[in-house]
Amino acid sequence: MGKPITQRKSEVRLGREVQARIGQQLRAMYDEVVNQGVPQHIADLVRRLSDQDDGVA
Amino acid sequence: MTLDPAIRDQVLATVPSLRAFAISLCGNIDRADDLVQETLLRALAHIDSFQPGTNMPAWLFTILRNLFRSEYRKRRREVEDADGRYAETLKSHPEQTGRVEFNEFRAALAKLPSDQREALILVGASGFSYEDAASICGCAVGTIKSRVNRARTRLADLLAIDSLDDFGPDRTTRAVLAGGGRN
Repeated sequence: MGKPITQRKSEVRLGREVQARIGQQLRAMYDEVVNQGVPQHIADLVRRLSDQDDGVA
Repeated sequence: MTLDPAIRDQVLATVPSLRAFAISLCGNIDRADDLVQETLLRALAHIDSFQPGTNMPAWLFTILRNLFRSEYRKRRREVEDADGRYAETLKSHPEQTGRVEFNEFRAALAKLPSDQREALILVGASGFSYEDAASICGCAVGTIKSRVNRARTRLADLLAIDSLDDFGPDRTTRAVLAGGGRN
């Protein structure tokens, strides 16, 4: 039963490492989409809606 | 309606982040883009209710979230496959390094309760303050803080257990440690 102590220590260490990387991974995942910018069809939609006189249902 | 170009530019500037949030909710790019389009239709039809000088991203995120909650959650069974669809969308980016780790992260994120995942993304990725995130989700600031904390703790647990694969106990031992009976 010596194992659990080693186990716990490594979990604490990993926990910190993992914790530090969560924010990084989260932003990387998010920015992958953000970096795609505005898709053309959405830009067109916004411009079309901005110029028309009648409202949208 | 002829929209003030400054307001239109604010809307356009928010679109990339709005899409990223939508994808995190839907787990599917096509559906997320539909949701973003519906959000923009709704927003621009009610642009008079936006007060210039206030937070455009928070306003649009609130509309998108409400639409998602009211309409898209009805299709819950389809959304449950979000994890698999994430994996599918990832295949288009084979050049990116750290893919395996990245996929593990997404899989872990997908295991969180949706309210925790949402709070974590709004604060940790979209960059909203706790106050704005609370306003977007229609709950108390303390509730958002608690959800973010629980999300971080749970993710750390899930990812730490996964990384033991590299040098830790074998699968069976790990299953025992985790309290699971499967082998």
